[in-house]
Amino acid sequence: MTQQPLLSLRGITKRFVQRVDLAGRIANAFGAGMRETVVQAVSDVDLDVAEGEVVGLVGESGCGKSTLGRIVAGILPQTAGTMTWRGQDVAAMGAGDRHAWQLAVQMIFQDPFASLNPRLRVSEIVGEAPRVHGLVGRGRQAEYVSETLMQVGLDPAYASRYPHQFSGGQRQRVGIARALAVKPAFIVCDEAVAALDVSIQAQVLNLFMELRQRLGLTYLFISHNLAVVEHLSDRVAIMYLGRLVEIAPADELFARPNHPYTQALLAEVPKLEAAQRTYKPIAGELPSPLDPPPGCAFHPRCPHAFARCKAERPAIKEVAPGHFSACHLNDR
Amino acid sequence: MTTLSVRNLRTHFFTKEGVAKAVDGVDFDVAPGEILGLVGESGSGKTVTGFSILGLIDPPGRIVEGSSIRFNGEELTAARPERLRAIRGSEIAMIFQDPMMTLNPVLRVDTQMIETVQAHLKVSEADARDRARKALVQVGIPSPDERLRAYPHQFSGGMRQRVAIAIALLHKPKLIVADEPTTALDVTIQGQILFEVQRLCRESGTAMIWVTHDLAVVAGLADRIAVMYAGRIVETGRTADVIERPMHPYTKGLIGSVPSQNTRGHKLAQIPGMTPSLLRLPRGCAFKARCPIAIDQCNEMPALEEHRPGHWARCWRATG
Repeated sequence: MTQQPLLSLRGITKRFVQRVDLAGRIANAFGAGMRETVVQAVSDVDLDVAEGEVVGLVGESGCGKSTLGRIVAGILPQTAGTMTWRGQDVAAMGAGDRHAWQLAVQMIFQDPFASLNPRLRVSEIVGEAPRVHGLVGRGRQAEYVSETLMQVGLDPAYASRYPHQFSGGQRQRVGIARALAVKPAFIVCDEAVAALDVSIQAQVLNLFMELRQRLGLTYLFISHNLAVVEHLSDRVAIMYLGRLVEIAPADELFARPNHPYTQALLAEVPKLEAAQRTYKPIAGELPSPLDPPPGCAFHPRCPHAFARCKAERPAIKEVAPGHFSACHLNDR
Repeated sequence: MTTLSVRNLRTHFFTKEGVAKAVDGVDFDVAPGEILGLVGESGSGKTVTGFSILGLIDPPGRIVEGSSIRFNGEELTAARPERLRAIRGSEIAMIFQDPMMTLNPVLRVDTQMIETVQAHLKVSEADARDRARKALVQVGIPSPDERLRAYPHQFSGGMRQRVAIAIALLHKPKLIVADEPTTALDVTIQGQILFEVQRLCRESGTAMIWVTHDLAVVAGLADRIAVMYAGRIVETGRTADVIERPMHPYTKGLIGSVPSQNTRGHKLAQIPGMTPSLLRLPRGCAFKARCPIAIDQCNEMPALEEHRPGHWARCWRATG
């Protein structure tokens, strides 16, 4: 990439540590030997996102995709690694730049009911942040809220309503309006359409694409739904047990998946084809991140695994222009 | 001979705000070994239809007079509660979306399964355990003896759903009603469950009603599809017919709403608006306010008519 990426992640790692509690410490005094448990939710992730790009992040539950999204949005600090925003290391930013970065990256959550304060009116949910951050004066707040609501296809008359007075799809639009109100450049969508009905989901997906064109937004679109990601993304990253196993332009990834896990995922996606199909599932389940398998984390489920996969973790390498994959089979 | 025959099923909820007609005149049949996909969005009445078959409707809801649910020739709407209790869990089984809802968290899996066996059959505990073990093997759970002694929280989501399916299979039911059983699961696990279910129905001749909001899931699984909207079936037919040549504008809209590879870079053909409140349904066709081809005639309710052999639609403008 010749152009400087908007966001750049290098070696991002997140460990969650559960310390030994009091009972455990007492037991240890008697020689129980309890240790703190460590979950490595995200391991050594490198990812660049260019301005205006939509990157889809796909994985099964527990693979660390939401944790990675939260790190990108600045909600969780990473344990190791560096995050660069417009060429500046986020950790080394001064207060002013840091403030600008925090406003520029916004997040939209899966459950609009859980992420909207039920006791605030929409005018306050959407209008509070821009007022506090001095984007609009108090006198112009109502007008600004109306404009923002219109942007997401809601009637400005709804500004005096509470979240419970909306349907699921409308509530998600309020969540989007809240994110847009501070004029972000980058939006992290964490399963933002997963809770919606199919027809409402289509409306919200169309809204995302429209806003992207109109406002030049960049998205990190986190989802377990491959069909949605395929529809929306320019590039797709596949995550398994805390690591990126494959990154490629969407066309390339769906036409020529390289990693066996990606191939298995694509085979499982229910398609809208009437042909009665016989399901041939991949065996086994996601291993526990408390105790990840050695070598390649996918080897216990992989149909092509050989001795090296059990011993050595494959590095992520370029297998075709712009197409990266972490699999030993590519060396054979 | 059909396993289940539902005629003019109407389940209404008599609330303070008025009568919510959750299911309002639904007809369908399911034959042995057949999988019927019952598709609809939230509030379409698909779940209430499933619950009505099992007699699980609580006040203020009730199955209105004139409804008929015939199971192997027996009228279930007229059956006494004891008879329904005997049928539920043995001849008709149900699988729910959230397996934690059906499994008791403080009992071991073997306790729950043996209890289920002995609720309907007079067998010794050893025989019941053996039956439970076989059911776990049937749904593809490895090391069943060890798993029988575990508690539900020790299972992953996919394994828990398998246990729930195993419990449903204990009495070799004639009919299984599955309510969104794979919605909460990951894609790879969903694939595994669909695989087991398909195999079981084919092998044992069990009839199945698969209730879901996801057309793509039933497209590969079901023999026939019924699409519900606001308490009524708006289109039904063989899966290939409904998916490839939909007749009702709602079905067309649903299919157009599904994102895929071919839709990238394009707008999805969305259905405007949202599902109407069941308390304030418009007169005539409930879909007319969202319908792109609505005409004056839509102020009267169209009948469900057979426009092509075996392919029915409830629309004035459906074409054969």
